[in-house]
Amino acid sequence: MKIELRLYASLGQYLPEKKEGNSCIVEVEPGTTIRKLFLRFHIPPEARKIIFLNGIHAQGDEVLKEGDRVGAFPPVAGG
Amino acid sequence: MKILRINMGAAGGPKVSEEPMGQYEGLGGRALTSTLVVKEVPPLCHPLGEDNKLVIAPGLLSGTPAVMSGRISVGCKSPLTGGIKEANSGGQPSQVLAMLGYGAIVLEGKPKDNTLYKVFISKDGVKVTPDNSLRMLGNYDLVEKMKKEYGEKIACISIGPAGEMKMSAASVAFSDMELRPTRHAGRGGVGAVMGSKGVKVIVVSETGTERRTPKDPEKFREANKKFTEGLKKHPVTGEGLPAYGTNVLANVINEAGAYPTKNFLWGRFDGVQKISGETQAQLETSRGGLATHGCHRGCIIQCSGTFVDKDGHYVTKQVEYETVWALGANCCIDDLDVIAQLDRLCDDIGVDTIEMGATIAVAMEAGVAKFGDGQASINLLKEIGKGTPIGRILGNGAAVTGKVFGVERVPVVKGQALPAYDPRGIQGIGVTYATSTQGADHTAGYAITANVLKVGGYVDPLKPEGQVELSRNLQIATAAIDSTGMCLFIAFAVLDQPETFQALIDLLNAFYGLNLTADDVTALGKQILKTERDFNLRAGLTAKHDRLPDFFKKEALAPHNLTFMVKDEELDKVFNW
Repeated sequence: MKIELRLYASLGQYLPEKKEGNSCIVEVEPGTTIRKLFLRFHIPPEARKIIFLNGIHAQGDEVLKEGDRVGAFPPVAGG
Repeated sequence: MKILRINMGAAGGPKVSEEPMGQYEGLGGRALTSTLVVKEVPPLCHPLGEDNKLVIAPGLLSGTPAVMSGRISVGCKSPLTGGIKEANSGGQPSQVLAMLGYGAIVLEGKPKDNTLYKVFISKDGVKVTPDNSLRMLGNYDLVEKMKKEYGEKIACISIGPAGEMKMSAASVAFSDMELRPTRHAGRGGVGAVMGSKGVKVIVVSETGTERRTPKDPEKFREANKKFTEGLKKHPVTGEGLPAYGTNVLANVINEAGAYPTKNFLWGRFDGVQKISGETQAQLETSRGGLATHGCHRGCIIQCSGTFVDKDGHYVTKQVEYETVWALGANCCIDDLDVIAQLDRLCDDIGVDTIEMGATIAVAMEAGVAKFGDGQASINLLKEIGKGTPIGRILGNGAAVTGKVFGVERVPVVKGQALPAYDPRGIQGIGVTYATSTQGADHTAGYAITANVLKVGGYVDPLKPEGQVELSRNLQIATAAIDSTGMCLFIAFAVLDQPETFQALIDLLNAFYGLNLTADDVTALGKQILKTERDFNLRAGLTAKHDRLPDFFKKEALAPHNLTFMVKDEELDKVFNW
């Protein structure tokens, strides 16, 4: 099933291909959690991050569904 | 330290006097500006009249070797909100003014005619000189002229044409380390008050000055070291901000579904990737600009940068998150080069970028221009600088523009435009917008920390629970930090790392020979808010003004389809302690 993965700021380096912008569509097995998805793209599991699933804060153990949008950031802030 | 008073309305011309801090001893930044305004300005006075005062005050640690200590506060009765105002800025003048020994400059009275004055402050004293050749100069040309006249070891505090024309969105500009007028005390029309006092520019000279000496230099050095370490090791202040600047937030807030788009119609902007912090940093570096840069000497976070055009020529400083949102997403504009031009125009004309973004979007809502039309935005801003009738309307902000064009959908609280976070997607910031003494103000109680960024804890942004307490605590803490001269971005490290908060207190204690505790800092914050609330009440602002516009409560915002849910009775509890 397809989900949308968006990796921002310094997490952008873990995107699967050379991308313009920070998002890509990826194919995942049913039952995949966000955490498992991150492992697949070699995002360091111990790195602190902010995770959004469809715009809502997520912990990482959520199971993905078709069409889900996952967004992740390292610790960032602005003004 | 001493207070410099300039009575612009004195018989025979502007009169300069200096006095000890007196009843304002021990105060700096916002604590000083608000306390002085409350004591000396009648709350019902006309903001452009002789009874209003403009107070410019560096912070308690400005001019010392403490890192991050270059912020400055500008206080008055606001022509935009009708209540008390503290507008905060970076840049160089704070450090220089403090090293010259001034705790505050107070502009009072009102000149008898429309002569324009320049003020020159150096180790040798204060000179106030008429200079009508400066009339209607943009801030950039003005600073160039001051450089030619006074040399390069100066810093400038100035107004552009908007301030001279007393527009309620007018800012006061503070030059940066490259002597460019890129930092602003933007909110609430402080530039109009400076204009009403007939002062075009205050030039402060660094020559012969030295950094202020702490009472306990050893303890101070130790605290500064700890403080620096804390800032460097926190990922936000040590990595994220220097690499990407404040606009790194564009993707974050957009992802969270609270990035106000098309005059607060939607929570996500299709064009966000083209104007994001990542894109901007990449563009700047590839063109030969800078993605890392400090706005004042002593800054180690370096969240700023330099924006250059495709030929590598300087356009403006790295455009801030708020500005990219206001003049970009809120107006459906997705071109960074256009946004950079708009930012430079705002800096030159001397207007608040947040207010201008909200205003242009309201004008677009009214059909004055099309959403997404960058050239039309540029043309509208230029009208403001020229002072044409449409320019004067827009230069007075979103509320006035909405009124003139019969627009209902105007995102303001106490007349001041909302910044770059939709309260329906981030409920905590809505509480701050509604209840802050400053009008709709994001820095006053920056709930984004816990609502979105998980800094200093976590409070679900999509529920009303916990938001009042969050906003209250942040408003108190911010009022205190605003008094120190410290850049508010230290808060990210200070909220997460208790030892860094302690280092800040140690800095204050070591410098002044005090024994402050965390409780004292909280008490200071509470005192400032209490005093500001009292002024506002006497100025005619009531609980009824502590509310968001109706449409936030009635119209659900995509993608989460929520309205602002914190009840009025709850909002009225923010200042219960």
